[in-house]
Amino acid sequence: MRRLPKGGLIDRSRSLPFTFDGQSYCAHPGDTVASALLANGVRLMGRSFKYHRPRGVLTAGSEEPNALIELGTGAHRLPNTRATTQEVFAGLTAQSQNRWPSLKFDIKEALDLGHPFLGAGFYYKTFMWPRGAWHHLWEPNIRRAAGLGRLSGEADPATYDKAWKHCDLLVIGAGPAGLMAALTGARVGKHVVLADEDFVLGGRLRGDGSDLRPWVRKVVGELANLPNVTLMKRTTVTGAYDGGTYGALERVADHLPEAKGAPQQIFWRIVAKHTILAGGAHERPIAFPNNDRPGIMLASAVRTYIHRYGVLPAKRWVVFANNNEGVRTAHDLVKAGAEVTLVDTRADAPSETLCRQLKRAEVVNTRGRLGLKAVEVRFSNGNTEWIEAEGLAMAGGWNPSVHLTCHMGARPEWHADIAAFVPRAGAVPNLQAVGAANGEFSTHAALSSGAKAAAQALGVNPADAPVAEDTPTKIMPFWHVQAKGRAWLDFQNDVTVKDIVQAHAENMRSVEHMKRYTTLGMATDQGKTANIGALAVMAGLTGQGIPETGTTMFRPPYTPVQMGALGGAHVGADFMPERLMPGDGFARDHGANWVEMGLWQRPSLFKQGAERTWRQSCDREVMMVREAVGVTEVSTLGKIEVQGPDAAEFLNRIFLTPMKKLKAGHIRYGLMLRNDGFVMDDGTVVRLGEDNFLLHPTTGASAEVLSHLEFCAVVRWPELDVQIIDVSEHWAQVAVHGPKAHEVLAGPAFMRFHAMDMEGVQARVFGVSYCGEAGFEIAVPARYGAALMEWLLEKAEALGGGLYGIEALNVMRVEKGYLTHAEIDGRASHFDLGFPTPDKDFIGREMAMREGLRGPELVGLVTTGTAKALVGGALLVKGEFGADNVVGHITSAVFSPTLGHMVALALLESGRARQGETVRMVDAVSGISAVCEIGPPVFYDPKGERLRA
Amino acid sequence: MRITCPHCGERDSREFSYYGDAITARGEDFANTYLRDNPAGEHAELWQHISGCRAWLEVVRNVSTHEVISVKEAGA
Repeated sequence: MRRLPKGGLIDRSRSLPFTFDGQSYCAHPGDTVASALLANGVRLMGRSFKYHRPRGVLTAGSEEPNALIELGTGAHRLPNTRATTQEVFAGLTAQSQNRWPSLKFDIKEALDLGHPFLGAGFYYKTFMWPRGAWHHLWEPNIRRAAGLGRLSGEADPATYDKAWKHCDLLVIGAGPAGLMAALTGARVGKHVVLADEDFVLGGRLRGDGSDLRPWVRKVVGELANLPNVTLMKRTTVTGAYDGGTYGALERVADHLPEAKGAPQQIFWRIVAKHTILAGGAHERPIAFPNNDRPGIMLASAVRTYIHRYGVLPAKRWVVFANNNEGVRTAHDLVKAGAEVTLVDTRADAPSETLCRQLKRAEVVNTRGRLGLKAVEVRFSNGNTEWIEAEGLAMAGGWNPSVHLTCHMGARPEWHADIAAFVPRAGAVPNLQAVGAANGEFSTHAALSSGAKAAAQALGVNPADAPVAEDTPTKIMPFWHVQAKGRAWLDFQNDVTVKDIVQAHAENMRSVEHMKRYTTLGMATDQGKTANIGALAVMAGLTGQGIPETGTTMFRPPYTPVQMGALGGAHVGADFMPERLMPGDGFARDHGANWVEMGLWQRPSLFKQGAERTWRQSCDREVMMVREAVGVTEVSTLGKIEVQGPDAAEFLNRIFLTPMKKLKAGHIRYGLMLRNDGFVMDDGTVVRLGEDNFLLHPTTGASAEVLSHLEFCAVVRWPELDVQIIDVSEHWAQVAVHGPKAHEVLAGPAFMRFHAMDMEGVQARVFGVSYCGEAGFEIAVPARYGAALMEWLLEKAEALGGGLYGIEALNVMRVEKGYLTHAEIDGRASHFDLGFPTPDKDFIGREMAMREGLRGPELVGLVTTGTAKALVGGALLVKGEFGADNVVGHITSAVFSPTLGHMVALALLESGRARQGETVRMVDAVSGISAVCEIGPPVFYDPKGERLRA
Repeated sequence: MRITCPHCGERDSREFSYYGDAITARGEDFANTYLRDNPAGEHAELWQHISGCRAWLEVVRNVSTHEVISVKEAGA
């Protein structure tokens, strides 16, 4: 056991059993998987991406590149979980990933022997032949060999949610700087959100054995009790967006055995007037040969495991540092009972008596295949010595966590005095970075900058800070050791110093090229521990400084976000809302088949008796309407009321069709154009009264038409006194048509409107028809929709009629040549659709009158040859089939049971003049070709006598 | 992106629908329909508060930074 006898923020009174690769271990509440495994003496936790090198933890936080595990089993399995952030719960099961057959013996470790051939660019250069093999042979095999965890392949059983939050001050990170910022806002009553990715607040004050730990407890207690403060633990702010909007992932139940009804995670959108970024800094490793063995960690991580988790991961240590963090770490290790050798690159390092200290020395190699065993140190005189050690702590300086400040396109700036990139001022509007995130590394600087920045943003006084150390930052950068052997820069993507050198040798001079060629920084950790080291190597090769060499961009998310969280509750049937007609339940009770039309659910047909195919039902329903009477719900139709003294003038300008002289109680079919002269929509206009009109735009176009009417009323013609209201949802509308429709109801004549009392309900009855038979559409308040259907059906059935669906309605409208948006496709002008231009002004007139707007014209087609099929969307060609010979296309094609053959509507070049001629239809997809006869776009009752019957 | 509706206050941009260059409000001749400047900076646009009060708005916005500079009712 590596657990220290006391200390740490863990509850030693309770034990949590968990398994890793089938082996049982015990943890305490407060442990992560990484700390618990280290406490149990497990250093080996994973295999690397490319070379399958044995790996252990490098960090104690979310920047972890090595210790990635698969969490859970079955459908719950979650790959690439960072062991350093995953809290242990009772019964947790975890597996190592990217190894076979076991973590200790991985066959593909043989790849590591092939490393001289597997450097940067290996795939691009090697797998070039034979052609096509990349896709079918090389890539699938390489993918199998590389890679990380496995997805379960099953649907994620967890539930997720998305939510919004608004605040005066968002504080990102609850270390010393963040706590002071939050306190400053909280004490003056501002609405403060304090978000931290960790489950323990306090940042490095908790990770280091700071004297300020009691202060942290007190402040967190105060903030937790203030009603204007929201503390969000386990919440990573993942991205900065426009207008002070931030994305944040709250892991609600990832630390619990079961979510118990709560969402597993919530993806928040937090809108903040001001934001303080107190995300701290990431310690950087030093690149030296074989610096990736299990047992080699960042110095700050070692201190965190000692102070926060009460774990001393190994007994004998080498600390390798270029700054004073080395001394600090050596102290903490010695106090925890370790044997320590401090290797410092500096000649002027302060002398240290607690342990053996080697100045102007470097680590040049390590030993130990599955875990560190010994470290080779080179002295300034060139002599070397092997030191036995199971742990090695690296302290290469700190990189401020600038990531969020880059999300809106700004690049950070280099500060040579601290050898680090810091956020550019104003990188994100109303965001100020403070403390270590802004390159102010001392505890005092963190506390005071946090308070000051919050005070400045809110225009209040800063909260008082406790006294703390204020050591100035002094660092001589030391990036990598000059020695033979592979020195890792990017642990997660297996990129070494050698790869950067090779990329440079092959002329990848831009950082962005180097990055893509070597894949450095492109793993799920986004190179948090890798990028700066690689830049330094590149700078050394080009002889430029680091700022001249450049920096790579950081993009959201800061840490990986599961797709489930981004989807929230919008999965399965809840992916989109469904719109149901008022008679939906009635149609379900009568055995409707359904079809989705946008969000609407509509009955497609009502199967009866022995009918097996949709065509059998559809044909029967068509003949029922044509010979007796049919009832169908048409509530999806748009219903827009236009009222006011200028309503008639307004609609006269909106529609191509003259509307001014439409009489009250009359109905007119009209066409409206867009600004650019093409047809926007068609529909009927009902003049309900002198100053009151009702428009029926097409189902799919009603939202566009409503916006268009509102725009014209408010912006184009503010002088017109009109009011517009959408009443689509207020009314249920049912169509009843057929030669016997007048026996169902004594309604108005064709193109007339009556307000009628139906069984005590005020109904609007319109003498309109979309199927070509006489009849009405009856509108009643939505809640009476089902009752109206029932009432009409009873009467219709007594007359040999019944219900029909949208399929039959579509067949009948094609037979009649009535339009849908298959014909009004955004490219058709009113000339093309066969409408005359009236002698009045209307929207789109100027643009519509341009000659170039005349295109293919609407015609009807029937087949004449032996091939009887007509296909919607098929092309019409003259001569040979080819791109240059296309002269039109079929917009709608149906089998007409009334006529006994197929009929189609089509848009055809010079179509009207070609009536009586033939044209060839080609459906290249299904290989169907047919000769068609061109005729007028109406196949049934061309004079409309049945409508007026 | 956040847009401050004169009626409803500051709201997220997903409550609004974008209609394009505000020039289209001026008329429907060829130039107003098709000819557009493409500035890498301030741009007057039409937006409708579709999930709110349905007002048509003229929003001046820096299209490089997404900063909203002014919002007023279109046509006003």
